[in-house]
Formats: sequence, C-alpha cells, structure tokens
Amino acid sequence: MNSWFAHFAQVLVETCKDVLPIAAIIIGFQLFVIRKPLPNPVKTCVGFVYVLIGIAFFLEGLNMALFPLGELMAKQLTSPAFLGIAPDTLNVPWQKYGWVYLFAACIGFATTLAEPSLLAIAVKAEAISGGTIHAFGLRLAVSCGVAFGIALGTFRIISGTELYYYIIAGYVVVLIQTAFAPKLIIGLAYDSGGVTTSTVTVPLVTALGIGLASTVPGRNPLIDGFGLIAFASLFPIISVLGYAQIAGWRSKRAAQS
Amino acid sequence: MSFFKNRFMQQLLASFFDLAPILAVVIVFQVLVIKQPLPDAGNLIVGTLFVVLGLTLFVQGLEQGLFPIGESMAYAFAKKGSVAWLLIFAFCLGFGTTVAEPALIAIADQAASIARKGHIIADSAAAQAQYAQGLRLTVAFSVGFAILVGVLRILRGWSLHYLIICGYVGVLIITPFAPPEIIGIAYDSGGVTTSTITVPLVAALGIGLATAIRGRNPMIDGFGLIAFASLTPMVFVMLYGIIQ
Repeated sequence: MNSWFAHFAQVLVETCKDVLPIAAIIIGFQLFVIRKPLPNPVKTCVGFVYVLIGIAFFLEGLNMALFPLGELMAKQLTSPAFLGIAPDTLNVPWQKYGWVYLFAACIGFATTLAEPSLLAIAVKAEAISGGTIHAFGLRLAVSCGVAFGIALGTFRIISGTELYYYIIAGYVVVLIQTAFAPKLIIGLAYDSGGVTTSTVTVPLVTALGIGLASTVPGRNPLIDGFGLIAFASLFPIISVLGYAQIAGWRSKRAAQS
Repeated sequence: MSFFKNRFMQQLLASFFDLAPILAVVIVFQVLVIKQPLPDAGNLIVGTLFVVLGLTLFVQGLEQGLFPIGESMAYAFAKKGSVAWLLIFAFCLGFGTTVAEPALIAIADQAASIARKGHIIADSAAAQAQYAQGLRLTVAFSVGFAILVGVLRILRGWSLHYLIICGYVGVLIITPFAPPEIIGIAYDSGGVTTSTITVPLVAALGIGLATAIRGRNPMIDGFGLIAFASLTPMVFVMLYGIIQ
C-alpha cells in the first residue's frame, strides 16, 4: 500500500509538470496582457488541483484497466486455442479472425453512438441544414463509419498491409466528396473526425492495436501496432459528407414530387 | 455546497456513461464469445473506478478553473486587441491544451515503451521518457501552429478546403521519407490531440472570432479549426521521426 502511495505521488508530480504550461499561459495572459486580476482566484486554484488529481487518477486507471483490457481482448481473440488452429501456425489466413473484426466494430459503434460531443455536433448540424439532416441519423451514420473504420484498421494490422495506402485512399474519397457536398456541412464534417475519438476510447483502441500486432504471428507492434485511431478519425468525415449528400438528394426529390 | 455535490454526481454519472459502452461490449464478448475467466479482475475493476473518478475530477476542474477564463479570454482576444497578440494567444492555447491532454500523455508513453522494446531508442528509462516528452511537445507545437493558421484563416477569410488540401498534400509528401515505425503513431496523433480540453476552448476561440468579424458566419467559419489541428500533427510527428 505504501509503495502504491509513493507511486501515485510520483504520477502526481509528473502530472504537475504536464499541466503547468496551460496554467502558466492562461494566468500569464490574464495578468500581463489583459491586465485584470483573476475573477475568482480561489475557484480557479481549486479547479487546477482537481485537474491535477483527475489526470493522475485517470492515467493510473488507464494503466490498471483500459490498457490491460485492450491487450487482453486482443490476446484472447487471437490465441491459437480460441481460433482452433495448431499453436505455432505461422501464416493464419485473415478470414480466421472474424471475431476480432466484429469486436473492433462493436467498440467503435458503441463508443461513438454514446459520445457526448458527437451529440452536440449532430444537433448543430440539424440546425444548420434546416432539417434535411436528422440528428440521430447523423449519429448513426458516424457510428457506422467509425465501426467500419476500426474494423478495417484491425484487418490492416492482421494482414500487415501498409497504413498509408488506406489513408491516402480515404483522403481521395474525402476530396471527391468535398467537391460535391453542401458547403455548409464541410467544416462540421471535417471536425467530426477529430471529436469522435474520446479520451477513454483512444487508450483502449490503441491497446487493442498494439495487442493485436504483438500476438498475430509475423506482425511487429513497432510498425503495425498504431494506426487504428487514424482510421477512426478518417471514416466519420466520409460518413458525415455521405450522409449530408444523401439527405440533400432525398429532400430535393421530395420537393420535386 | 449541495449544488456542487449535485454537479459532481452528475459528472460522475456522465464519466461512467462514457465508459459504459466499452464495458458493455467487452463483457458481452467475454461472456458469450471468449468464455474464459478474466485474469486480474480486481485490478480491472479498481482501475475502471480510477478512470471514472479521474475523468470526473478532471472535467469538473476544467469547468471550474480553466474554461471560464479561457473562454472569456478567447472572446476578449477575438473582439479587440492586436492581431499579433491574438496569434500568440492562439498558438499558446493550442500548445498548452495539447500538452495537458491526458490521452496524449498515455499514448506518448505507450509509443515510447514500444520504441524502447524495438530498439529504436536507447534501452533506458531516461531515453524513453525523453522520447515520450519529445513526441508530446512535437504534437503540442503542431496543434499550436494549426490553431494559429486557423485563426489567420478566419481573419483573412481563406477557404477551409485549401488549408485541408495543403495539409493532406503535406502528409502525402512527407510519408515516403518518414521511418516506417513513426508513421502509425504520426497518423494516430491527429485523432488523439483533439479531445477533452482542446475542443471546447478552440471552438470558443473560433466561434468568438467569427462572430466578432463582420461578414463571417460562425457556423461556417467557426468550425474547421479542429480539422486542421488533426492534420498538422501527422506532418510534424513524421518530421520528428526523420530528425530522430
């Protein structure tokens, strides 16, 4: 227990170093550029202490739960016993890993559908579009996009193909869609790529990727382990643009008939 | 005080609901598909509670300490003051919020430990910590740079497409020169940077600016800062990998 406290204190000190820059920037600007005292110094200080303790607990919890959980799932879903193959088979065909793709898709879908910032964006999008886009439809579209993206990402890790082929192909699709999409939705669609991957999803998905790359025969975590988040931030853009396009067509056709 | 407790409980619940979908999927898979006892279940449960508690305190602290000041400051800088200060503030905002991003701290550590195991860097704790620190500073710098350019875009009224296309082209040009082990981390860092702290503050800055300048539509011009901020880290982290 004592060693745990020592460890936690160390995490806390490191977090201090991490948070100091932003505190210095905000307070520095307030005092030296805007030249007004802090409106509520006690509340601000208490807030900073919360942030510090919060990050320390969060990081500790990640190392105890989310990282091991992601790697454990990757190990269990790719273990030879689970796949029903001989223990030291070297070339396992990618079709064998069906459960991995399904798990990745489920994680992507569930976390995205429940993501609060996506909800906020979807409501704004409904307002901008004047009702041609439905908030829930958009959330569903983005969730499917993330689910497909992460599943494709696990396929990439398992097959060991180059990451940038996928990402470049994705960019080309985004560029083509941008040329045809309604102007109002473009900024929002691009932003949706960044916001769908929340602070709890990122560590779990990363751990899943690293776990897969460490257990699938012939893969190297150094080269194949990362990249899932990239998929999870690219596909929402495609699905939001696609959804806006389809919603536009449908309302046009409804207006004509 | 009871109001505070009430807010705290609400936030605790919200953090739990952030985590709930992950837990639900994992539990369904454990029970129905894998059908093996979970090793270390105690640690997993305590760790999950830590994550929920940590996230709650973190968000609560942000809402109490940082966001009110940050937002009013973003509006204040957007409405008046010189362009130079506005740009400096934009850079600092991007840099500072990214350096403190918990997900980025965790991912940078993970990347460093894998680089150490793969003998990309020297096999010592110091080298590992230095690598993680370098990675985080690079990402923070690139987000600061992106917010700065994004603010310039709103001021000058540049089209978002051109920035995004420039970003994409940058990624395409750099990728072939980057060492293979950095590419995955670089591509991921784009998505990692923009979450809990960065998004609300940067959105406040963007929307404040677009409202303050005549002829700008906050809905069109206010958005897009985040998008550019997820592109630049890819380019800069690959450069970091080349220099290493």
